[in-house]
Amino acid sequence: MKVAVTSKGTLLDSEIDPRFGRAPYILIVDTDTLDFEVVDNSSNANAFKGAGIQAATMVSDKGAEVLMTGYCGPKAFATLEAAGVKVVDDITGKVRDAVKTIKEGKVIYAAGANKEAHW
Amino acid sequence: MIISVASGKGGTGKTTISVNMALALGAGVELLDCDVEEPNAHLFLKPVIERSERVEVPVPLVDLKKCTFCRKCSDICRFNALAVVGKKVLVFQELCHSCGGCMAVCPEGAITETGRELGTVNFGARGDIRFINGQLRVGEAMSPPLIKRVRAEADLQLITIIDAPPGTSCPVIAAMNGADFILMVTEPTPFGLHDLKLAVEAVRLLGIPCGLVINRADIGDRKVFDYAESEKLPVLLTIPFDRRIAVAYSQGKNIVDEFPEWRERFGDLFRKIEAIIKDRGEAVSCAK
Repeated sequence: MKVAVTSKGTLLDSEIDPRFGRAPYILIVDTDTLDFEVVDNSSNANAFKGAGIQAATMVSDKGAEVLMTGYCGPKAFATLEAAGVKVVDDITGKVRDAVKTIKEGKVIYAAGANKEAHW
Repeated sequence: MIISVASGKGGTGKTTISVNMALALGAGVELLDCDVEEPNAHLFLKPVIERSERVEVPVPLVDLKKCTFCRKCSDICRFNALAVVGKKVLVFQELCHSCGGCMAVCPEGAITETGRELGTVNFGARGDIRFINGQLRVGEAMSPPLIKRVRAEADLQLITIIDAPPGTSCPVIAAMNGADFILMVTEPTPFGLHDLKLAVEAVRLLGIPCGLVINRADIGDRKVFDYAESEKLPVLLTIPFDRRIAVAYSQGKNIVDEFPEWRERFGDLFRKIEAIIKDRGEAVSCAK
């Protein structure tokens, strides 16, 4: 299974970035092999509006089934929901730890956004 | 003749100046309250509202039967108001700026327009003073289209006084653009001066002549006056920090009604503005 994790860096040992739409990197990790693809999210991080929507579309396009991040706003959540991508929010630590918790099935999927919309 | 009353900082007295100047003129004038996020000029002018119109902006409506999910619509949208995921198209109406780009690029003709309510525009009068205001729907964030709609109702035969919103961002530009004169209302405080400078920079970009009213002129310090002098901004009126004015305001009463000497001062304020606009017109015609 592929999992998207928002990251401050480009490694499995990088810190998770709590932001979704404006995280500098999003790592698309294969939970079985730990192979991963680094997506540079910088163009999106500087988006004028709707960074979360763009990031959500990208995560879906990359084939991720789950997004793991700190905060997910209502528009990003609606987009992920439409795409069938589940969300695990409020996570901290390293990307590797997040992947481990989901492999062990120790996650609770979010039922909605945990952050208000930005204006 | 369009006079836009702006300020930078909020709470300096834009509405007080707008309403009292309109009352001092009494006829041949209209007041447009373009502070659509919190219009309050009607509380002081007390017009009779004759009718209201709902204001909408166009937003896209996608026909999924025609859509091939090619993403041309979401690619062209600078505001990410459209998202195409799988066999779904999401429209985030509140992000849409109504440019029509998505509709123009859709190769399948799958996008049509529907309306999104922005608020209402209200029409009325107090005696011979015409009154219009805009009222943004609660929860709505995009005010410039509503401000433009209020301004589109202006009667060019009349003297138009616009009560602008505070700040220096898009709503203020929408309320100042195309005016013949910008009357800046400020106060002699560090905050008043700071925001006045920002507002004056914006006005200069628009190339509109501008002058100041300094409210509560005897509090704070002299820095606003020094700034006005250094920038060659005429101080057209000063209003003291007078308890009697504050009491009248708190009761929804107007300065020119309560204190007759002020009716003349507000009339003078208008005549000074009129003279500046006329001089400028002549300067331009001489230059040609």
